[in-house]
Amino acid sequence: MTLAAQGIDTGDTAWLLAATALVLLMTPGLALFYGGMVRTKSVLNMLMMSFVSIALVTVVWLAAGYSLAFGDDTFQGLIGGLDHAGMKGLGPDSVQGTVPTLLFATFQLTFAIITAALISGAIADRAKFGAWLVFVPVWALLVYVPVTHWVWGPGGWILDKLGALDFAGGLPVEITSGASGLALALVLGPRLGFKKDAMRPHNLPMVVLGAGLLWFGWFGFNAGSALGANGLAAAAFLNTLAAGCTGLLGWLFVEQKRDGHPTTLGAASGAVAGLVAITPSCGSVSLLGALVVGLAAGVLCSYAVSWKFKLGYDDSLDVVGVHLVGGVVGTLLIGVFAVEEMTGGPEGLLYGGGLAQLGRQLVAVAAVGAYAFLVTYGIGKLLDKAIGFRASEEQEHTGLDLTVHAETAYDHGVLGHGAPVSASSVPSAQKVKSQA
Amino acid sequence: MKLITAIVKPYRLDEVKTALQELGIHGLTVSEASGYGRQRGHTEVYRGAEYQVDLVPKVRIEVVVEDADSDAVIDAIVKAAQTGKIGDGKVWALPVETVVRVRTGERGPDAL
Repeated sequence: MTLAAQGIDTGDTAWLLAATALVLLMTPGLALFYGGMVRTKSVLNMLMMSFVSIALVTVVWLAAGYSLAFGDDTFQGLIGGLDHAGMKGLGPDSVQGTVPTLLFATFQLTFAIITAALISGAIADRAKFGAWLVFVPVWALLVYVPVTHWVWGPGGWILDKLGALDFAGGLPVEITSGASGLALALVLGPRLGFKKDAMRPHNLPMVVLGAGLLWFGWFGFNAGSALGANGLAAAAFLNTLAAGCTGLLGWLFVEQKRDGHPTTLGAASGAVAGLVAITPSCGSVSLLGALVVGLAAGVLCSYAVSWKFKLGYDDSLDVVGVHLVGGVVGTLLIGVFAVEEMTGGPEGLLYGGGLAQLGRQLVAVAAVGAYAFLVTYGIGKLLDKAIGFRASEEQEHTGLDLTVHAETAYDHGVLGHGAPVSASSVPSAQKVKSQA
Repeated sequence: MKLITAIVKPYRLDEVKTALQELGIHGLTVSEASGYGRQRGHTEVYRGAEYQVDLVPKVRIEVVVEDADSDAVIDAIVKAAQTGKIGDGKVWALPVETVVRVRTGERGPDAL
């Protein structure tokens, strides 16, 4: 990323406007991806956890998040200042690199939104919606914002001082969401019936539609991170496509060998795993590197999703298995596959760079993973003590859609909620209408 | 009169309906059902986690006929629903005390 002011370039600005819209689309895409994977009784709650993150994170980001993440460093590369709180001092003429600062801030905002939404997959089916409404803004300020400053903020310690590479968000997006998801899964405990009942995805076409929208939006995520309409954006774009494909194929290969069937859920999950892993590395690795990064993530993540059954934490929709593991794979492999023509300097092990870059990547992964896990665990425990984070047993049994939102997603026939209005209730319905 | 209930594979429903029409049976009731016999269900796999599905989708066909027609109807259903593979279903018959046509109030065989 080049952050020095150079005057607005209309081509760069046009591309980043489009890329920002693409990244925002990823969150509704994620809502469908997650929504299809839960049971019928809590699909609306799952969609809502993503959707409401758009609103919550936007408000927090504009109030203070952007300034703390991307404002001038105030303490040892750990956090920015409040100079731009409430977007103070930023107008249509403010420039960051070759794009308007307000556009850069909005592009970065869309990253913060989807990262918060990603965590919801770890606590699907059993979190109090009210607690989620409090958790998201607090988490965004205490976890996402500092980590983003470390990685991309001016003077941030990871990029500027340590020299680790992260092009489009392996550290702030994938590893923080994965580690935070694990922390919250531990705070809330497993769903009722975990390991006894199989929690079958209720709508796989919805999962595939969501994965498709995620993939589409991911081009904005990764190629947009070049912050310009240029060759690096093109290379990141192609790497993104390549890794998604090998991730998909890798996951299917494991399923065929292990379970005897290549599944739809596996194809969607594998593509996402490959895309997760190429996120940090898409602007640093060769095309060969991208193919390997995607394949490695597809294969490793398809095994990692079973850890929850062995270790007993209930990460409902595999945020750990896909985002933490995929993010670690992609961030570390930069140390192997980085090429100078992409990075403009550092090279990976395979291209003669030695172990130095791999070491830097490892330090960054460990620091961000540990920070996100510990702080999120603390926030989760505090919220659980203060207002309760876990839905009641009755709510969980009945489903959060009906008990929290007073809605159900589907009409289950004449005996269910789609029952025709009975004769006795018609007069009261008309009465309500006439009063309105 | 007899109530004949048949639990068969869903995709055999059309054949059973045709067979009953050819016998001159005017009405029947079909409902979705699920269950298992000796074969039990099947296994589904989601992200490597196996899910044992015991209950297999079936349709339940119910038809009330006069005593004299009972055996012919049962034979027709069995012939139409049979695939020879496991899970073809069951047919049984029970005595019926009375039948009333709601629209006209007719009772007994006249109501069929």
